[in-house]
Amino acid sequence: MNTATTTVTNSGLSLSLSQRLIAGSLALMLGLTLLVGTGFAGDFRLHNGAHDTRHAMGFPCH
Amino acid sequence: MIRNLFFAALVAAFCAGLVAATIQQFRVVPLILHAETFEGEAGHSHDDAATADHAHAEATPAAHDHGDAAQWAPADGLERTAYTTLATVLAAAGFALVIGAVSMFANIPITFANGFVWGLAGYLAFALAPAFGLPPELPGMPAGDLAARQLWWGATALSTAGACLLLAKTRAGWAFAVAAALVLVPHIVGAPPAPEEASAVPAHLATEFAAVTLGSSMVFWLLLGTIFGKVNDVLAHRSLAQPAGATA
Repeated sequence: MNTATTTVTNSGLSLSLSQRLIAGSLALMLGLTLLVGTGFAGDFRLHNGAHDTRHAMGFPCH
Repeated sequence: MIRNLFFAALVAAFCAGLVAATIQQFRVVPLILHAETFEGEAGHSHDDAATADHAHAEATPAAHDHGDAAQWAPADGLERTAYTTLATVLAAAGFALVIGAVSMFANIPITFANGFVWGLAGYLAFALAPAFGLPPELPGMPAGDLAARQLWWGATALSTAGACLLLAKTRAGWAFAVAAALVLVPHIVGAPPAPEEASAVPAHLATEFAAVTLGSSMVFWLLLGTIFGKVNDVLAHRSLAQPAGATA
């Protein structure tokens, strides 16, 4: 039991550096695209569709 | 492994985003709708009841980058609720993927044990610190240049997140000094100020809005971090259980 718990807690640490860099870069690119689209983009369709979300989540709007 | 990261991020975003969207519909959106009735009170004609409520472009063309009165906006009611819910869940997915990426780069796994702290750091970086300089803003409130505010918002979030990450990696004395500087510098530089003009929105709406948005953001971030960590733990257990199951 103890060994299992230790391994679980450390499982993320056992990933190789290149694995972490690839996964992190992909997640960062997709995440920032979503945040820019919902929170920052000037396009009026994105602005109006996400309008209430921008105000509710504290993004600068207007 | 990449699949696990994306799966955990999206599950957490979906759950926390739906909770946040629900709080928004009951407590935040009514205040936005109320504020919009004051927006552009001077010279705004309510000739089209279906679109007038949300067409701020025609109400305050000077405050907008996009003054086209015929532009699309979701119709009030179910359509607007659906778009807001979708946008909140997508923004949640964006935040979840960003903290997932940070956990990969920093080599600090998000677990059920530390997920709450991840959420707290996200709340500090992406909600509380930006709100300290740019208070949550209702439609119709005077505000500075949009691009300048977006830049300050992003820089403040980045700087505050950097401080949290630094302290997560090391508790050395110099790290506290650097973290304090990272947190303080955006506020010493200062957010773009709002123009000195009277707000069209009554003060009691604005104060309630500030409290409710910061509260709902906190619920959102604490849930996001905690669920993210829980799903990560479950996935790690499953990948461990598979070889064990084969031998049993």
